[in-house]
Amino acid sequence: MRTAKYLAATALAVTGLGASGAAAEDLTLCWAAWDPANALVELSKEFEAESGHSMNFEFVPWPNFADRMLNELNSGGKLCDLLIGDSQWIGGGAESGHYVKLNDFFDAEGISMDDFAPATVYAYSTWPKGTPNYYALPAMGDANGWFYRKDWFSDPEIRADFMAQTGRELGEPKTQLELLEIAQFFQGREIDGNTVYGAAIFTERGSEGITMGVTGALYPWGFKYENTPGSYDMEGAVNSPEAIEALEFYKEFYQTATPPGYTNSYMGESLDAFKSGQVAMAMNWFAFFPGLYADPNTGGDKIDFFVNPPQNNEGSTLGGQGISVVAYSDKQDAALEYIKWFAQPSIQQKWWDLGGYSAHNAVLNDPGFKDSAPFAGDFLEAMANVQDFWQEPAYAELLLAMQKRLHDYIVADQGTAKEALDKLVEDWTEVFEDEGKL
Amino acid sequence: MPSNPIDSAARATPEPVARKIRGLSDRAIAWLFVAPTIFLLLAINIFPLIWTIRLSFTNFRANRPNREVEWVGLRNYERILTDSDIWLTMQATAHFLFWTIFFQVLIGFTLAWLINRKFRGNDLWTTIIVLPMMLSPAVVGNFWTFLYQPQIGLFNYVVSFFTGVDPSSFEMLGSVTLAPWSIVIVDTWMWTPFVMLICLAGLRSIPDYIYEAAEIDRASKLRQFFTITLPMVLPFLMLAVLFRGIENFKMFDLVVQLTGGGPGSITEVTSINLKREAFEKWRTGYASAYAIILFVTVFGLASIYVKALNKVKQR
Repeated sequence: MRTAKYLAATALAVTGLGASGAAAEDLTLCWAAWDPANALVELSKEFEAESGHSMNFEFVPWPNFADRMLNELNSGGKLCDLLIGDSQWIGGGAESGHYVKLNDFFDAEGISMDDFAPATVYAYSTWPKGTPNYYALPAMGDANGWFYRKDWFSDPEIRADFMAQTGRELGEPKTQLELLEIAQFFQGREIDGNTVYGAAIFTERGSEGITMGVTGALYPWGFKYENTPGSYDMEGAVNSPEAIEALEFYKEFYQTATPPGYTNSYMGESLDAFKSGQVAMAMNWFAFFPGLYADPNTGGDKIDFFVNPPQNNEGSTLGGQGISVVAYSDKQDAALEYIKWFAQPSIQQKWWDLGGYSAHNAVLNDPGFKDSAPFAGDFLEAMANVQDFWQEPAYAELLLAMQKRLHDYIVADQGTAKEALDKLVEDWTEVFEDEGKL
Repeated sequence: MPSNPIDSAARATPEPVARKIRGLSDRAIAWLFVAPTIFLLLAINIFPLIWTIRLSFTNFRANRPNREVEWVGLRNYERILTDSDIWLTMQATAHFLFWTIFFQVLIGFTLAWLINRKFRGNDLWTTIIVLPMMLSPAVVGNFWTFLYQPQIGLFNYVVSFFTGVDPSSFEMLGSVTLAPWSIVIVDTWMWTPFVMLICLAGLRSIPDYIYEAAEIDRASKLRQFFTITLPMVLPFLMLAVLFRGIENFKMFDLVVQLTGGGPGSITEVTSINLKREAFEKWRTGYASAYAIILFVTVFGLASIYVKALNKVKQR
């Protein structure tokens, strides 16, 4: 009888251990240092309480994020167990073996990619693109959008002035050209005794800024990277007449509707320009919108949001990231536990409530989602028409080439739009030749 | 009788060790002492150099260690030397190098000449002048970006005060014509004191009696300057130019902080370009060839310069 009791107790202990998972681990999650990262710290406290694992965070400012993390991956570093890496890294992460392939894990745990927004699965999780090979779980949906000074837009004097000047009502722009027109209207205007400017756009040279800004114009004009997807046939697509027109548009925008000295500006500068009351409108990632809305000086009633306006078609630049398990981590089991926990609809709902952008259908398709925040509807609209940059393993080379050609043309005022795009085709062709893809 | 330190050391050496050392020749002992340094030199400098030369003939990428490495011969060198963008970065470097050295020598020597005169507060002024070079380049770059800010920057307001132009009408860091000069100004502000200190050492090494002899010979001040001061300070000045030349050829941090190589690629000096090739694009083989070309250039120019410096010193 005593033996049977011992056996039963042992069995209970074993099953108990099994239920609580592996031994408690110290997990490190790496991401960029920005508002949603703080929300994730809050959210992860629940995981710590449930699992017994403790979470550490390594957040790197955006301008250094790619450098720092890609060096870490390339050197086989063990700093990160989990990495919320940029969408463009997925090709390199998969082909170089930096990320753990998650298919078997998803199958075993019943995590279905059908439960997430298709655009985010395609962009953040799959490699080769669109195939059911998953290297990340969509973690943070994001796109480039716009926000503006609602109080200025509703000022009767300004509205009358705009009507007199343009013959139409001042409101959220319906096209890219309207956007420019509004920005030019505000440029140099005196409001409350201060000189204000049209809009803050991305012009940063060092990392990805100007490319992310310009693609916000290229995509609505119908820009395509290839004539046929997967063919790397870029001549006539990258330097199409529509692309040239879009590039000229962005240069005109930069030259006629941005604050002085706005030559190397990205997310931080855009937020500063808006919060300091310097600009009427600004582009930035949806990730920042909760923080902007909560700002005591320029948020609340003074701000509103709109999706990147269409021109020839709808189109927004994709941001956002998926969460991956780093292949060099010694704590992969615990890291996978985190992903399993994070994928739950209830956690995804809390993620959205805290200021993160869930990509889970249970959250996005909820009838109350659109009204849950002033920018929620715009977010859904943007995510329906997003386009991303190359996600090739050689993406860094492709990106740097584009940064150079765009900055040379737009900010340094060298050459024509066609020359810039022709050179870009040459640069990209050289990269793909080196890669053995052409 | 007090023993000298060598005797003390010999007495302190344990007998077995002393016996072993006594069995070695002077030459062997010399090698024994030099060997660790030579080993370190080989491991840290020579081996990486040889390895870099080897990599420069391949298409190796450090971020794709699993990819097959191909021997590409001189293709990397050919691509670099025929790439018009790289020649533009060379031009940007040459512009930066020439004008920073020109202004630093001119202003540095003038300051040293003035400080060398005996006046009240001489030491205080010397301390104040050398302050900029004690700061970190990252800090200097950061606060000069604020000074250059067209709307709130002090620099633009000072220029506006003297010229009457609208302070927000020009952008030091954003303008294609002004950006190369903006980095020259900051580097000159920061490193002129270094040149001044070296020149000051040269000026103070000239014995007074030479000037007294010149006075007796009724040489004018101008003649004294050109026949005594300048020739005797010249080796110091040339040394300062060599130091600043080598430093500015590899200038990175200050330019990254100020312009990031922009607008466009106007201020993209070779070190920034090389860093992008090596650690952002990860074209390791290509970047190795680029580094070798730069190394040969600097080494060649420095060798010619050092020979000229030795000739000047021998005069």
